[in-house]
Amino acid sequence: MERCEIDAMISGIRDNRPGTLARAISMIEDEEPDSAHLLEGLHPFTGGSHVVGITGPPGSGKSTLTDRITKHLRKRSKSVGVVAVDPTSPFSGGALLGDRTRMGDLATDPEVFIRSMGTRGSLGGLSRAVYGAIKVLEAAAKDVILVETVGVGQSEVDIARVADTVVVVFVPGLGDDVQAIKAGITEIGDLLVVNKADLPGASRVESVLESTLNLAPPREEPAPKIASASAERDEGVEELLDLIEEHRNLARESGLLELRRRMRARAEITAILARRVSRHTEGYLSDGDNGWYRRLTRGEVSPGELAEELWSKLLGQESEG
Amino acid sequence: MSEGRIRVLIAKPGLDGHDRGAKVLARAMRDAGFEVIYTGLRQTPDQIVSAAVQEDVDVIGLSILSGAHNHLFPRIMQLLEEAGAEHILVIAGGVIPEEDIPALEKLGVSRVFTPGTPTSEAIGFIRERVGA
Ligand code: B12
Ligand SMILES: Nc1nc2c(ncn2[C@@H]2O[C@H](COP(=O)(O)OP(=O)(O)O)[C@@H](O)[C@H]2O)c(=O)[nH]1
Ligand SMILES: [Mg+2]
Repeated sequence: MERCEIDAMISGIRDNRPGTLARAISMIEDEEPDSAHLLEGLHPFTGGSHVVGITGPPGSGKSTLTDRITKHLRKRSKSVGVVAVDPTSPFSGGALLGDRTRMGDLATDPEVFIRSMGTRGSLGGLSRAVYGAIKVLEAAAKDVILVETVGVGQSEVDIARVADTVVVVFVPGLGDDVQAIKAGITEIGDLLVVNKADLPGASRVESVLESTLNLAPPREEPAPKIASASAERDEGVEELLDLIEEHRNLARESGLLELRRRMRARAEITAILARRVSRHTEGYLSDGDNGWYRRLTRGEVSPGELAEELWSKLLGQESEG
Repeated sequence: MSEGRIRVLIAKPGLDGHDRGAKVLARAMRDAGFEVIYTGLRQTPDQIVSAAVQEDVDVIGLSILSGAHNHLFPRIMQLLEEAGAEHILVIAGGVIPEEDIPALEKLGVSRVFTPGTPTSEAIGFIRERVGA
């Protein structure tokens, strides 16, 4: 791609052209070589959006909640970007991305852009793609960016936790009171929402969350707030949105926002590097002809020495080109 | 070095509640290694085209058993053209009478898969037409 084509793409993104936003996100997701230049070019136009992570167990109503929150944001005249991540099948590499089924009528709103993403499963790859998509949406001047990830799997949780505001969704009926505490998931949330409040047992989940928080060791950040909602009935969503906006304002004043942004940048840099290293090593170690395994089995090298060797190779390559 | 994966939007246009076929296809395509975006029931042509653009899909698969294809497909094809998304491969399946197929193909629907067609046929067709 020529420099001028990338520039054209960047201006298309800043003009909020859906086709260009979509193409840009694909380039980043597919790790096309030009995507690095694109991200570089977008960087100056990022940082203006409120990034909200929404995470929780599968089926807890994250997508439905995302749909409702978006509708309330639209009533407040805010433009919205949504990145919805669902797992990729480890067997086929394919994915069934169904989050849009809860957001059907948002599709035609020009101020809303929704993108579904599979986890695809490479080390650092998911984070790189999601952070990239966030940048594209920031450059398109979306006021709020909602990032939905399933709250299982470290990389998915990591993505949500570096948002400006993190919403963790709970539901009645999952039983396990202890589960919530064990997973440590209450600790990453700024807001803990008990969704499906129309179902029995919701208030019990709320009180379990409250006692969990009371038992938690004190932390520097303000303690998470607990809310309840029924996304399906659109109850409590307005109030949840108020809390989300309040969190952002307080975070900005207290310096927490700065801290989160710093964590996000750090996670992004780490993801880019991790991805680069893993590509390099995967390439080398899957090449059957270079004889690394033979050398290993003959006792000529240890795995540690091989790693050292690969590392030097990688550094050598980088400094050459 | 790119890891481009085939992305397919499976959509059910119009007021048609028959979603078994669409779900069967969506799962089979996932198992074939495609990224399938399922939009759910009762989608308007506008919604389908906007979603396809935002998701940057290679293929749109329309599933329709209600008999409204002659009414809905022309609108979808027209909107795709207006959105500058004619490059997207459009295929369809469901209860569509043989005699309607030539006209749909003329509109730009590349292939119609009627009841009983094994899912592997549609998958093979997509692979052949969009590679990877
Ligand atoms: C099961 C069924 C139902 C179920 C649906 C359950 C569900 N959630 O899907 C129920 C009982 C709810 C139902 C209701 C109705 N039904 Co009904 N139903 C059927 C039936 C018997 C089978 C459909 C089915 O699921 N097949 C199994 C799946 C796997 O096959 P398929 O969808 O055809 O998909 C295959 C291919 O077509 C293709 N394909 C399909 N989609 C796609 C998409 C892509 C991208 C590709 C590549 C391929 C592809 O690949 C699949 C695998 O081979 C058909 C008759 C028939 N033989 O088709 C009638 C039929 C579709 N129903 C019909 C009618 C009239 C109705 C009702 C209006 C009846 C009524 N008066 O109440 C309601 C309307 C419901 C609604 N809201 O729309 C008529 C439609 C007539 C028409 N088109 O002119 C049919 C044809 C029966 C008939 N002969 O009259 N129905
Ligand atoms: N009873 C009830 N069901 C809900 C509520 N919110 C979502 N659901 C249902 O829960 C299921 C999963 O919702 P979804 O948004 O896809 O969950 P996700 O997997 O967390 O994204 C769907 O059947 C929704 O209709 C709610 O507030 N109350
Ligand atoms: Mg979801």
